[in-house]
Amino acid sequence: MERYYQPEIECAPREEIVKLQSERLAKQVRRVWENVPYYRRKMEEKGVSPDDIRGIEDLHKLPFLSKADLREAYPYGLLGKPLKDCVRIQSTSGTTGKRVVAFYTQHDIDLWEDCCARAIVAAGGTDEDVCQVSYGYGLFTGGPGLNGGSHKVGCLTVPTSSGNTDRQIMFIQDLSATILCCTPSYAAYLGERMKEMGLGPDEIPLKAGIFGAEAWSEEMRQDIQNTLGIRAYDIYGLTELSGPGVAFECSAQHGMHINEDHFIAEIIDPDTEEVLPEGSVGELVFTAIDKEAFPMIRYRTRDICSLTREKCSCGRTHVRMSKPMGRSDDMLIIRGVNVFPSQIETVLLNQGYAANYQIIVDRVNNTDTFDVQVELTPEMFTDNVGEIQTHQKKLEAALISMLGIRPKVTLVAPKTIARSEGKAVRVIDRRKI
Amino acid sequence: MSIKQISVFLENQPGKLFEMTKVLAEGQVDMRALSLAETTDFGIARLIVDNTDKAAAVLRDSGFIATETDVLAFAVPNTPGGLHRLLEEFNYTAVNIEYMYAFLGSADKNNAYMIFRVSQPGYAEAALKKRGLEPLTQEMIKNI
Repeated sequence: MERYYQPEIECAPREEIVKLQSERLAKQVRRVWENVPYYRRKMEEKGVSPDDIRGIEDLHKLPFLSKADLREAYPYGLLGKPLKDCVRIQSTSGTTGKRVVAFYTQHDIDLWEDCCARAIVAAGGTDEDVCQVSYGYGLFTGGPGLNGGSHKVGCLTVPTSSGNTDRQIMFIQDLSATILCCTPSYAAYLGERMKEMGLGPDEIPLKAGIFGAEAWSEEMRQDIQNTLGIRAYDIYGLTELSGPGVAFECSAQHGMHINEDHFIAEIIDPDTEEVLPEGSVGELVFTAIDKEAFPMIRYRTRDICSLTREKCSCGRTHVRMSKPMGRSDDMLIIRGVNVFPSQIETVLLNQGYAANYQIIVDRVNNTDTFDVQVELTPEMFTDNVGEIQTHQKKLEAALISMLGIRPKVTLVAPKTIARSEGKAVRVIDRRKI
Repeated sequence: MSIKQISVFLENQPGKLFEMTKVLAEGQVDMRALSLAETTDFGIARLIVDNTDKAAAVLRDSGFIATETDVLAFAVPNTPGGLHRLLEEFNYTAVNIEYMYAFLGSADKNNAYMIFRVSQPGYAEAALKKRGLEPLTQEMIKNI
């Protein structure tokens, strides 16, 4: 039996959702026009006023916001409420430049935690559950978001935060944790560690996991489900919009339901900025229609995915997004195939390598060459040439299965690929097209 | 007694071997024997040195991946058929050789030396000992 945290919203008829979105959008645009001079200027430049926005059919008239706007308006330029009404900030890691600092009123915190609670209930959580939150707590949204959601559901919340793997395992075992929230790579690592300790899936009390904040593959899901003996659910979000819980997976494990009462999703062509029809792959754009302190309108996430409103077997009516395949600003097209560095990263982590690599693309005799340089780990090194070549071949095979095209894998010595303080240089594209 | 070989990962690029010998030279490590296995992308340098622990430490400190491997060393008479007679014993005891390399010492002109990496070092050593073949010890290698 499928359970819902807020069934009247999660399973509302489509017409009702559209009506609610239209009302909230019109109100939100007016509020932003009055309180956020930065966005008002953008609207004026485009010749749009709040009177032009009556419902979601008018959404396309509004200007976009991007990461560049957040940088320019940092820190207070996009604030939709006086600071005295704000109760919290959260912040991103700042890997793509300046940190994003997002503000929350109590209302914003509540709706964020509701979204996370929906995700936990969709994963089977009830007030009988013990929910271990192994996402980082602090500025990062992962820990605080799921912590709040877990409280709302009434789970016994174990706020271990990230790190200290043996202690994580001790709490899972001693307190019989049934739900685990963390990044998928950490879940995989916990699984490996428990396996090493001789704990099989039947001896681990966990029954479900809610894993997000990074790209992960279907293969990785299977691995995690098998080693931990759980069902592993994806969750999506970004600090700009609140944090995890913008979208979440249900029992169908087939796409994530976007919380449409709070966020309107669009898919656009990242180059032309044109809105694409349902089912198209493109850049995901969000409008937060109910948030007060940090009201993002048509915010370009850079995440590439598709949307579907097809009926879901779980009974929820909210639109579903596919797993993001990567980000529009780092997508490569090699031999006609879309390749995202994040996919390569996922494979490397799965295979026990450090996520430090370089992709070198070139064109020789009209054919793209695709080299992936990866650092060999001391654990994999032996005096035997054949064994190292086996590692190389295994990695190549895993990359082919993830990407659909064959890379040439070169193993290099550790620390030879330059580390960078900011965003690492992962891609060298020497093609002259 | 098996002895320790140091194996070092090297990218197949100009200057990589040079970087390794620089580290060993600065660390005052004396090499007894060296062999290189290569593929198109990478190579493995296999070394027998006077002080294995020191060599491993200076290499790792400089960022090299290095691992220690047990190998067997035998003196081979410097006469025609010397190696053949040794391999006859390997053949008799069905010891599988993965790779081998040779070197000449400076103290003893009558013998050459062979380093063997075998599939089952423990078994090989015991079986060859039974046939009266005593491998060289680390201490003996130092003084060759």
